[in-house]
Amino acid sequence: MNSESVRPVVAAQPRAATRSLVEEFKEGLDAPICLTWELTYACNLSCVHCLSSSGRRDPRELTTQECYDLIDEFQRMKVFYVNIGGGEPMLRTDFFDILEYAAAHDVGVKFSTNGTYIDEAAAARLASMDYLDIQISIDGADASVNDLIRGEGSYAAARRAMDNLAAAGFGAFKISVVATRHNIDQLDGFKAIADSYGAQLRLTRLRPSGRAVDSWDELHPTQEQQRQLYYWLLDRPDVLTGDSFFHLSALGDPLPGLNLCGAGRVVCLVDPVGDVYACPFVIHDQFLAGNIRDDGGFSHIWRNSDLFVSLREPESEGACTACEMYDACQGGCMASKFFVGLELTDPDPECVKGAAEPLLEKVGATGSLVPRPSVDRSRPGVPVPSPVRLRKRQRV
Amino acid sequence: MIELDSRCELNPAVSLRPERFGALVYSFDTRRLSFLKHRDLVRVVEALGTHESVRETLEAESIDTERWPSFLNALTTLVESEMINEL
Ligand code: SF4
Ligand code: SF4
Repeated sequence: MNSESVRPVVAAQPRAATRSLVEEFKEGLDAPICLTWELTYACNLSCVHCLSSSGRRDPRELTTQECYDLIDEFQRMKVFYVNIGGGEPMLRTDFFDILEYAAAHDVGVKFSTNGTYIDEAAAARLASMDYLDIQISIDGADASVNDLIRGEGSYAAARRAMDNLAAAGFGAFKISVVATRHNIDQLDGFKAIADSYGAQLRLTRLRPSGRAVDSWDELHPTQEQQRQLYYWLLDRPDVLTGDSFFHLSALGDPLPGLNLCGAGRVVCLVDPVGDVYACPFVIHDQFLAGNIRDDGGFSHIWRNSDLFVSLREPESEGACTACEMYDACQGGCMASKFFVGLELTDPDPECVKGAAEPLLEKVGATGSLVPRPSVDRSRPGVPVPSPVRLRKRQRV
Repeated sequence: MIELDSRCELNPAVSLRPERFGALVYSFDTRRLSFLKHRDLVRVVEALGTHESVRETLEAESIDTERWPSFLNALTTLVESEMINEL
């Protein structure tokens, strides 16, 4: 879930034993603590693993005024910060206006970008703004690995953005990497790049969401690589992970973080047209809670939608609740299970005990239909770069 | 370490959001999020700035003296993370 800025709890020793924060979070909060807001489905790149299948702008995108109104609502709800993404959010012509409006209304912003549009002038403007964090994506520590996933020239563009931010004195930005089979051997390389800029490295998990539904099978790290990644992360608590690898905590000592699936509990997504989903990785009708343009707006959806209320109820029993690692691993990521055709009570598809493997084989063998993301804004005719063969499966 | 005679206030760049279990605390300066896991602590933190000392605040909020050491610990942590200023 992306709560890397979460500090330890400050508890004045209560008289009676209290419930753990994880238990509290499972029942949901008054407002999200990890809200992703994708500003646009437009993107200049066509990355093979794009979680939101971005490419083309949706004509129903929120207007500037609707964006301002939403920020006002975030301020009233005390959503202290939002993670802005897309698509490529800098493609919105009102991008800087939205950032400035948020800063002026006590809503801190971290935005994710591929860096293409951070030229010298943009870097200077960004460096002058308050409450702002920037996250630049690369998926290889060199162009040869990166560009196979993100497209030709994308590595150079991202490095140019980093150079520009550094030259403009922006301070510590973040470098965001999705861990794949192709870059696990480059972890030290990523760390060295981050260190060279005084930047923070952030590694997150590849989920079979968005366009990654067709490449996840061959792009996600192998069991051996998962162990390599786990021990690397344990040694480097300063590397951010957005708490996304908590299924690896079943290997031994827990990784730092809250270690739970926050979907609909402390996490949610507002997409470019105002649809609210339980998490940025489940863009599917089954996880759509409502639209901010409906009566009651965002706060009503967050507090009262049937979907979110049900996600805050105790989990149903399944293979995982009987597993001795359940406290550490919590059964893993709901989105990952969903898009590979598993039940939500099944083990995570990357379960470190291999508990999901027979189930996945069964899904493959019976040729049963697996869910298809409900939004695909890929640009027609634009080839999707990929180091692996894309396997378009029959989906419902 | 915060003492009973210390004078403190909530950092003006910090905002509290009440929750079932206590409150979320967010600093717009450090961009850090923290949690107060007890409602009594939330009341004390909010009232700090209106009293001359921590002792006065704890008394005014009717906190049992036996619990004062744990409150001093909690306030110290909050000072260290710049959520509270010692004046
Ligand atoms: S069986 Fe479930 S709880 Fe146990 S390690 Fe695997 S995913 Fe985690
Ligand atoms: S569904 Fe997966 S990505 Fe989404 S909040 Fe849960 S664990 Fe995180």
